[in-house]
Amino acid sequence: MSSTVAPGKVIWHVARVSAVSEETPTARRIELDIPTWPGNDAGAHLDVRLTAPDGYQAARSYSIASSGAGKRVVIAVDEVPDGEVSPYLVRALEVGDELEVRGPLGRFFLWVPSDEREPAPVQLIAGGSGVVPLYAMAAAHDQHNDGSEFRLLYSVRTSGDVFFREELDALTHTTVDLNYTRASDDATAPPGRLTQDKLAALTLPPESHPRIFVCGPTPFVEAVSGWLVALGHDPLTIRTERFGGTA
Amino acid sequence: MNHVDGNALAGPLLELFGVDMTTATGRCSGCHDVDLLARASVYISQMGAVIHCHSCGIVQGVLVEIEGAMSLRLPGVALVTSAAE
Repeated sequence: MSSTVAPGKVIWHVARVSAVSEETPTARRIELDIPTWPGNDAGAHLDVRLTAPDGYQAARSYSIASSGAGKRVVIAVDEVPDGEVSPYLVRALEVGDELEVRGPLGRFFLWVPSDEREPAPVQLIAGGSGVVPLYAMAAAHDQHNDGSEFRLLYSVRTSGDVFFREELDALTHTTVDLNYTRASDDATAPPGRLTQDKLAALTLPPESHPRIFVCGPTPFVEAVSGWLVALGHDPLTIRTERFGGTA
Repeated sequence: MNHVDGNALAGPLLELFGVDMTTATGRCSGCHDVDLLARASVYISQMGAVIHCHSCGIVQGVLVEIEGAMSLRLPGVALVTSAAE
């Protein structure tokens, strides 16, 4: 993928909201139609910019749940209480509204199918809404299976907070493990924070030399990446994306 | 508010440099650690973004946007190298 922006190439796009739906009680799935969108690889993000009537502007980054060459882009936004941008996107935005978006962004945190004969396995680790770019990678891998083993460990408060529930269940080339932190509907797996021991049990071992993508709130990513290194994973094989927030 | 990381600066730096800088490498002028921008610690406020070295914590850069113009100071970066294609 060339990262060069050609002169005159659009960086800020006009996006039209084509569909909205409830993702979880606090989050919303938003589908955008962006005629000038150049397509994006799985894991990329975009910036949304809102402009108030007085000219005040606020921009925030959101991971993209879709990938490929299309002009239809899907994001899933979790409402940040007292936030400047997410409450508007989750509660007020309507089909037909227009938004300014900048992207696609974030070359560091992308998955593209490997052309190697025996590609390294891939371990995805998500905390909360950090699953969005990792779901995009798993879905892209389902569509363009390069033969690599894929696993997703998804830590989330309760089953009602799971993003892309039906889509995750439908994945055929990714093993999905859920860790519930607040309430579990599985009697054999009581709820609780992810720990280094749980992480070791539910992820690919260092001996299989996986490529690892971790996305979630900053405290989650800091804890998980520290545990991965303690378990023997090479720090250079770990790619992380932190979105702030709380644990 | 927690810090984020250099991934969050992909958009503003795309406007400044015309390329995605998350895989560009910086050498810290404090501890001489060499790492990708995506791994730096970034604190974002209404005023702009402050970039800290992920290893030693010194301020590597300050990015502010005033009336649509982006400006970047890099007091703590000795060398920036673009990502190989």
